[in-house]
Amino acid sequence: MQIRYAVFTPILCRTQRFNCAINNTRLQMLFTQTVPGAIYLLATVSPRYITLVKAYKMSMELDVFVGNTTIMDMEVYQLWLDGLTVSDAVKVRMDEGALLECEANPEVLTSDTMDQFRTFQMCERLLHSPTKLGSQLLYQIPAQNQIILIERYYEFDSVFAREVLGKKLSKGTKKDLDDTSCKTGITLKSCRRQFDNFKRVFKVVEELKGPLVENIQRHFLLSDTLARDYAAIVFFANSRFETGKRKLQYLSFQDFAFCAGQLISYWTIGAMDSMMEDMDVDLEKEFLNELKDLKVLVNDKDMMDQHKILVCAALRGKIKVYKLMEVNFKNLSRALINLASKLTHTKDVRDLFIDLVEKFIEPCRYDRWTVAEITLFLTHYTNAAHCLGTFRHQMIWDRYMGVIKSSQCSPLLHLSLIKVNYLSPSPSISSVSPPVNILNELNTFLICKL
Amino acid sequence: MPGKLKAKIVAGRHLPVMDRASDLTDAFVEVKFGNTTFKTDVFPKSLNPQWNSEWFKFEVDDEDLQDEPLQITVLDHDTYSANDAIGKVYIDIDPLLSCEAATVISGWLPIYDTIHGIRGEINVLVKVDLFNDLNRFRQSSCGVKFFCTTSIPRCYRVALVHGFVEELVVNEDPEYQWIDRIRTPRASNEARQRLISLMSGELQRKIGLKVLEMGGNAVVGYLQCFDLEGESGLVVRAIGTACTLDKLSPGTAPNTTTHTNTHTLPNTAPTSNACNSPSKDSKEPVFSEDPPHSLSGPPTPLRTLPSSSPPPFSPSKPCSRQSSSSDTDLSLTPRIGKTSPASSPSPPLSEFPIFTLTCFPPGFLVHVGGVVSTRSVKLLDRIHNPDEPETRDAWWEEIRQEIKSHAKALGCHAVVGYSESTSICEEVCILSASGTAAMLNPRFMREGCLDTGGSDHRFEDASPPSCGFVHIPYDEFNMPFPAQLTYCYHCRRQKVPDVLFTTIDLPAEAEVTGKGCLIQARLCRTKKKAQGEVNATSISNLLPFMEYELHTQLMNKLKLRSMNALFGLRIQISVGENMLLGLASATGVYLSALPAPGGIQIAGKTPSDLSYDQHISTMQKRIDDTIAKNKELYNIHPPECIEEVVGSPIPDRQRSSRLFRSTSESSDELSELDLSHGKKDAFVLEIDDTDAVEDIQSLLTDAPIPAGFYSCNTEVMPGIHNWTSGLQMFTSVRVYRLSNANLTNQGLNKIFTDLCENLLKSLYFKLRSMIPCCLCHLNFTVAVPEEELIQVRGHTYLSTPLLSFGIFRWVEGFVCFPGSGENEEQLQFSMEMCGESTISNNQPTAKPSVSSSERCSPLPEGRSRSLRSTRSLPCGAPVTVVKMTPLSFLPGTRIVKYLGIINMFFIRETTSLREMNRKCLHFSEGGVSGFLHSFIAEVFAMVRAHVAALGGNALVSYSMKECVFMENPNKNQAQCLINVSGDAVIFIRESDQEAIPPLLTSRQTSSTGADGTT
Repeated sequence: MQIRYAVFTPILCRTQRFNCAINNTRLQMLFTQTVPGAIYLLATVSPRYITLVKAYKMSMELDVFVGNTTIMDMEVYQLWLDGLTVSDAVKVRMDEGALLECEANPEVLTSDTMDQFRTFQMCERLLHSPTKLGSQLLYQIPAQNQIILIERYYEFDSVFAREVLGKKLSKGTKKDLDDTSCKTGITLKSCRRQFDNFKRVFKVVEELKGPLVENIQRHFLLSDTLARDYAAIVFFANSRFETGKRKLQYLSFQDFAFCAGQLISYWTIGAMDSMMEDMDVDLEKEFLNELKDLKVLVNDKDMMDQHKILVCAALRGKIKVYKLMEVNFKNLSRALINLASKLTHTKDVRDLFIDLVEKFIEPCRYDRWTVAEITLFLTHYTNAAHCLGTFRHQMIWDRYMGVIKSSQCSPLLHLSLIKVNYLSPSPSISSVSPPVNILNELNTFLICKL
Repeated sequence: MPGKLKAKIVAGRHLPVMDRASDLTDAFVEVKFGNTTFKTDVFPKSLNPQWNSEWFKFEVDDEDLQDEPLQITVLDHDTYSANDAIGKVYIDIDPLLSCEAATVISGWLPIYDTIHGIRGEINVLVKVDLFNDLNRFRQSSCGVKFFCTTSIPRCYRVALVHGFVEELVVNEDPEYQWIDRIRTPRASNEARQRLISLMSGELQRKIGLKVLEMGGNAVVGYLQCFDLEGESGLVVRAIGTACTLDKLSPGTAPNTTTHTNTHTLPNTAPTSNACNSPSKDSKEPVFSEDPPHSLSGPPTPLRTLPSSSPPPFSPSKPCSRQSSSSDTDLSLTPRIGKTSPASSPSPPLSEFPIFTLTCFPPGFLVHVGGVVSTRSVKLLDRIHNPDEPETRDAWWEEIRQEIKSHAKALGCHAVVGYSESTSICEEVCILSASGTAAMLNPRFMREGCLDTGGSDHRFEDASPPSCGFVHIPYDEFNMPFPAQLTYCYHCRRQKVPDVLFTTIDLPAEAEVTGKGCLIQARLCRTKKKAQGEVNATSISNLLPFMEYELHTQLMNKLKLRSMNALFGLRIQISVGENMLLGLASATGVYLSALPAPGGIQIAGKTPSDLSYDQHISTMQKRIDDTIAKNKELYNIHPPECIEEVVGSPIPDRQRSSRLFRSTSESSDELSELDLSHGKKDAFVLEIDDTDAVEDIQSLLTDAPIPAGFYSCNTEVMPGIHNWTSGLQMFTSVRVYRLSNANLTNQGLNKIFTDLCENLLKSLYFKLRSMIPCCLCHLNFTVAVPEEELIQVRGHTYLSTPLLSFGIFRWVEGFVCFPGSGENEEQLQFSMEMCGESTISNNQPTAKPSVSSSERCSPLPEGRSRSLRSTRSLPCGAPVTVVKMTPLSFLPGTRIVKYLGIINMFFIRETTSLREMNRKCLHFSEGGVSGFLHSFIAEVFAMVRAHVAALGGNALVSYSMKECVFMENPNKNQAQCLINVSGDAVIFIRESDQEAIPPLLTSRQTSSTGADGTT
C-alpha cells in the first residue's frame, strides 16, 4: 500500500486530501478537520475494494515541555511582546518559514508556540521586578538571556510613548488605551504592557532620591539608553507637560525625550546641588520663582537696548535675516523673558512647550529664519547678557537659557544639541554626545522638517 | 542516643503577602524532627525576614535520622485566628550521615505548599554530629552510600560486588483513609508527602542494613519505585547492587580520565591478569568508560600492590531474606536443564546473581545471551498488615526466580541491567522485570583470584576483548531459540548470533560500525472491559502476543536500518481499562563482530493477479531504497567479507531475513525452507491482511531524524565520541484525549504511533537551535491514567525527554504524553580533541540556524557588555547554576565528589483550574498545561536548590520515576504527583582541573556553564 500525502499546508485548511494507491486503484482519503484537533479520516474507495471508513477524534489535553535551563526562542518572545495570540503567532512564524526547519508541521509549530507563550507568561511576574529574576530559583535562565528578557520586556514603541507622554498614568488613561491601540496599530495587549511598564517604573522611582536614570537602572536593570527614555517618560508624567496639542504633533518622542534630559540637567534640584540629596523628578520651585528676576532684561530699557546692540554687533553680516532680527529683537526677547517669568504657575509650566512654539518658534519661522541662524542668535543672545554690566542674575540666566538654547524643542533640537557640545561643554551634557550616525540622521531630518 | 541534629534558620526572602491590609507578613518558623518541635521568634512585617535563630538541637537515634526528614514549616503569625501556614521544606538528612558525602546543608531552599506551589525561599543551616554505634544488633545503617548511577561511580573503585539487594515497604495510602473525608486537601497531601518521605527513609535504612550484613558499604544502581495501589495501599520498593567501594585518592583520580588502562586491561589475558594482580590495584581506573579513541598512551599501572589485595568481586551472597536458596532454583529450572552446563563456565556460582548495573568494567562481561523478561498479572487486595508485606514480596520473588531461570535457559549464570516496574489499573497490576542474561568473568566472581581454573581458559583464549561479549554463551547444538550462528566477524573463532538484544549500555570495548539510532516499537491493543479475575486473565492472554509483536516490530525496524544489535532495550507495557499499550525503545547499532543483516523481502500469498505482483514489487523497492538510505544516514559501510557458514541449519547469508509476521506462524520458524520465490508461504503478505499492511506502514512511516540530530536511549551515543559539556535536560508531558466509540487495534496503533512520532518531531523542533546535538537517554513512558486514557511518559538521557501518552476512549477519553529529555550538544569546534569527522560534516547545515537566533538579539555587543557592568544584583550572589542530567556523568567534566542521593516526592493540587483557564484564555487548552508546566518547573527548582544546598553543582543519573496526573474538571480540581531522584555531585571541567581547590573551581565552572548551555 502506497500512500502519497498531499502536503499538509496551512493549519487552517479544513480539508486535506491525499491520494493513496492500492494495487493501482486510486483511493481518495479526506482528512476533515471540523473542530481544531479533531480529525476525521474518511476513505472512500472504488467499488471493488472494501471501504475503510474511520473517524476518530483526538485532542491534545495537555502539552508541556520544561527544560532544566529554560529554553526561550527570542523571536517568539518578540511575537509574544507584540501581543499576538497563539494562532496569529503561528501564522507569522509560518510566513517566516519556520516549517522549513526540522521538518516541522503546523501541529508542532503550534505546540511550540503555545509552550513558549506559556513560559513567557509565567516569567512575566518576575519581569515586573527584574531584580528578582536574578535571585529567583524557579527558572534557571542564563545571565545574558535574563538581560535580553528584561530589556525586551521594557522596550516600547516610541509611537505609543509619544501618545502617552505627559498624560497622567492613571486608570482613566489605561481605559482609553483601545483608542491609542487603534490609532497606532499596536495591539491592545502590547499597549497595556507598555503602559503598565511606564506606570510601574513611575511608581518605583517617583519618591526615590538620587539621579533618576541611575535609579531606574538600579531597580529595573535596563540599559543606559532605555533608562534615559524611561526617565523622560517619568519626568513628563510627573510634570504633566502638554504635548498633545496639534501644533506640537510634529515632535517625536525622541525630541521630547531630549528636552526632558535638558530640563532634568538644568532645571531640577539635582542639576545644581551635589548628587547626594537631589530629586530629579520635580522642577526646582525656587529656581522657577527666581526666573521672575530676569524680567529686568525687558523692563529696564537701557539694558534691553544694550543687549540688542551687543547681539546685533555679533551677528551683523553673519545671518541673512539680520534686518528682520534687528526689527524684531525686542519682541523675541520679550517672548523668551515673559515665558520665563510665567513659570511660577503650574499651568504655565505645563504649557512650556506649546508657548515656546507659539511665542518664539512660529514668529521665527514666519520670518524664514534658518535653523543655523536661530541657533547662532540664541548663542549670542545668551552670551551678550553676560556682558551687561548691570545684569546680576547670571546663574539663573544660564540655567534658563541652557534649556531654551539647547532644547529649543522643535526642529532646532538636534542642531542645538551639537552646538551645546561644541560651545558649552557642560559636564552633564557632554556625556550624551551623539554618535556620528545620529548626526547624519538629523541632517535628513532637518531637511524634511524645514 | 547516637546522633545530634542541629538546625539554624537564617532568613527568608520573597515571602508571599499574608496580610492584605499591610501587604506584609509576620513570619515565623517551626522546625520539627520526629516529635520534637522548635519555633523561631516572629519577625514582624517583612517579606524578607531575618530570623538568625539559635542552633536548634535534636538528640535522636540514628535510626530516626535515617527515616525521618527534617520538617521546616514557615507560618504567618496571626494574633486572633489560627496561624496560616505559608509552606514547608522537607530536608532529607541522609547525605549528612555518610562521612564521605556532604557535611552541611546550607542555602536557600524554596518553601513549598501543595496548593500554591513555591512561596518564597528560606535560608537554613543543618549539621549532624554522629557518634559511632558499633552495636551488632543496631537497626540503623548510617554510612552506607547510595547511588542512583547504574555504573560504578566515577571517583570510586570497586573492591567487591556483593550482589542484589531489594526491600519493600507497604503502608496505607493517606489519600484513601477515612480521615481524608474530613481533612483539607492540603493536610491530606502533606500527610502523603510525609509518609512517602518516611517510607523511603525506612527503605533505604533497611537496604543499608542488608548491605552491611553482606559486608558492603554502598548500593549502586539504586532504583526506588512507588506503586500507588489506590485502595489497597501504597508500596515503596527498591532494588540495587551492593558493593564495596574504595574512594580513589584525589591525587591519582585525574589519571582515570587521561590514561586508559581500561582498554588494555582486557588485552592482558585475564588468566595472567588474575595471577598478576597489580593490574587491579587501587589506582587503576577499572571502571572508567572512556571511548577507545582517547587512548593516549600505554597502560600505566601506577603502583603495584601486594598480590594479596582483595579481588574485585566476591561471589554474590544471598542478599535478602527472600532471596532464593539455590535449591529453589533447581526446582524451577528443570525444564531447561538440558542447556549443557558443561559448556557454561559458571560452576563456582551456586546461584544467579542479579545486577542493576548497566555499565561494566572491561573484561567483566564475558558473554551476553540476550534479553530476559518476565511479566505477571496480579489482582491487588488490601494490604492487611503493613508490617508483614509478604504477598508483594512473594510476587517479586516469583518474578526474580523466573528471570533467573530464563537466564539459565540462555546458558548464562547472571542477569545484568536488571530493572523492575509495575503498571496498575484499578485492581489489576502487571509486574514486569527485565534484564540481560550474561556470563560474567569468573575471575570477578570468585573469592580468591589466584585459582583461576582451567575452565576459564576456554574463553580467555577464544575471546578477544572487543568481541568476546557477543559470542554465544549457550550451546550451539542445543539452542534455546532458533537463531543463525556464524563465526565472529572479528576473531573468526567463536560463534555469534545474527542479532543481539540487550538492556545494558554499549560496552566501551565494543566495536561499532557507523552510528547508532533510537528505535521504537509501539503497539496498542484493545481489550474488553472487565472486572477482577476475568480482566486479569484476558490481560495475561494478551501479553505474550504484545511482546511478540513488539519484538517483531523491533526486529523489522532494526533490519530496515541495517543494524544488528539493540542496547538499552526497555519495554513498557501499561494497562488501561479498555486497552493495553506497549512501547519498546532501544538504541540500534551495527556491531562489527556480528554478521551484516539481510534485507527484508516481501511476498504475496496469492500470486494471482498482475497488479498484485506489481504492488508487491513497488513495496519491495521502497523497502530496499529505505535500507540503502539508512545505510548512508547512519554511515554503515561494513567491510564486505565472505562469510563462512557454520553449524546453523540455515546456511545462507544472502537470503534475506524474512519479515516477521505474527499471523503466519510458519514464517518465524527457522525452517529448512529455501527462500527462493517458489514457496510463497514463506512470506505472507496479503493486501487485505490489515496486520501486514500495518507492519509495513509502521516500518515506512517512521520519519527520518532531521539533519544534525542524533538520538539514542543509552548513556552514550554509539559512534560519536566528542561531546561538549553544554547540555540541556528537559521533560515533556503530553496528554491526549481520544474519543471514539469503537476503535480497531489498527486505528489505535496508528494514533499511538503518530503521537510518538509527533512528540519526537516537537522535540527536534524545540531543540533545533542546538544542532548538531544528540538526544541521549531518551526515555519514553506511557500510561493510560484514567478509565479511557493511555498515558505515555518518556525521559531522554544525555538528552532526557520524558514522554507520556494517554488515550481516552469514550467521549471524554484522552491521551497523555509526558516526556523528559536532556540534550547534549556536541563539540562544534574542538576538532583537536579527536578526529570524529562525521560531526564536522554536519556543521554547515547546523550553523545558520544557530547564528540566526543569535542575530535576533536586539542588543549590540557593546551595549550588552556595558549593561552587565552597570548592573548589580541587590540580592547578593547570583544563584548557583545546577546542571541536571540523566546520564551518570557530565561530558567534558570530571566528577570529584558524590554528595549523596536526592530522592524527592511532591504533590501539587489546584482547586482553581477554571480560574487558571480564564487567566490564559488565549491558550486553547487553558490551565491544565499551565498547572503542570509550573509544577514541573517548581520540582526542578527544588531539586536544584537542594543540590546547591549540599554544595553540589550538578545532579547526575536524574530520573523522573513517577509523574501521575489526575484531573477532575467537574470539581475544578487537578492533582499531580512527581517523584524524582538522582545523585548530587560536584564536578569540575576537565580543562581547568589542575590544582585548584575543587570547591572553588566548581563554583567558577558552574557560572561559565550557564553560558554554554544557551
